[in-house]
Amino acid sequence: MCKDCGCSLTSEGHAHHHDHGHDHLMTNPQLNDKKTLSVIHKILDKNDIEAAHNREHFEQHGVMAFNLMSSPGSGKTTLLEHLTNYTDQRYCVIEGDLETSRDADRLKAKGINAVQIQTGSACHLDAFMVHGALHQQPLDNMDICFVENVGNLVCPASYDVGTHKNVVLVSVPEGEDKIEKYPVMFRKADVVFITKCDLLPYFDFDPEVAKAAVLKLNPEAKVINVSVKEPESMKAVAQWFATELAAFNRTLASKTEEPA
Amino acid sequence: MHEFSIVSALINQCEELAAENKATGIARVAVKIGALSGVEPQLVKTAFDTFREDGICRGAELEMEIAPLELDCRACGAHSIPDEIAYLCPACQSRDIKVSGGEEMLLMQLELMYD
Repeated sequence: MCKDCGCSLTSEGHAHHHDHGHDHLMTNPQLNDKKTLSVIHKILDKNDIEAAHNREHFEQHGVMAFNLMSSPGSGKTTLLEHLTNYTDQRYCVIEGDLETSRDADRLKAKGINAVQIQTGSACHLDAFMVHGALHQQPLDNMDICFVENVGNLVCPASYDVGTHKNVVLVSVPEGEDKIEKYPVMFRKADVVFITKCDLLPYFDFDPEVAKAAVLKLNPEAKVINVSVKEPESMKAVAQWFATELAAFNRTLASKTEEPA
Repeated sequence: MHEFSIVSALINQCEELAAENKATGIARVAVKIGALSGVEPQLVKTAFDTFREDGICRGAELEMEIAPLELDCRACGAHSIPDEIAYLCPACQSRDIKVSGGEEMLLMQLELMYD
């Protein structure tokens, strides 16, 4: 796989365990034209292997990757446009949309490296699409790579794209009920940003109810209230990424220190 | 509608396994779909019926087992199948739990045919 894409990873370092050891053929003597093959294979096995490959690729470049997911219009691109004012970390973005390069263009206008993936009719990014895009990013000069997934609270949750952490956004106008309505997505979140919090006075959105709903699905998740118009909240976002990145770098350092 | 991509991955896997085992047809495909795997069983069925037409899965029956959410509590040791979607132990309310089922998407069995 790495030979195909021309990236420098060797296949030895890969977690390509095609464990066919448990495949088990049973022959029924009465019906020798039929055999039952017992396997336990993840249906998205190929995607998962590619995702592991992407993760390793990011790690070789010392880059931590985040998968940003939400409905369309929750403010993923806006968050990335503004984050640059609050952090010294260098980041690039892989953008996923059905059509147009508008989001990548918005980010480029802010001086952020962005590559657009147009999925056509696909409702989610998969590890193969992200792999194609990550080779177009100058990862050696980056600390973080954001994968901004297709706006959709359902499909992207089923696909590991090879990032390290999942960031899920839900905006105040969407309503706090979205968390319970789309449990699989919020279950996957390492952090939930409640965005557009400057609109709280105009909507019946209770951030405490939202937070409780997230924790019910995902006791480990962190919930942060965000408005790009409130610098303090953006500092909290930047701080969350900084803390994650520091932990990631410690893990990477300890991995490389270990004797081979 | 990511069910279509998931089913095309499934059919791909079936084709590879049939080829590895030199089968000439597939009579039955058994899968296990977690209730919280993020796919809709009815759409998986529709997608399977659509995609199986072109290949070795043509005529194959899709057997779907829906796996409920199952939790193992690390605090009190209880194994439970909660009534509602909540990742906490129904017995002791601890959030220190391990998910032991309900989020998987697995191909379990293939019934291969030989001429």
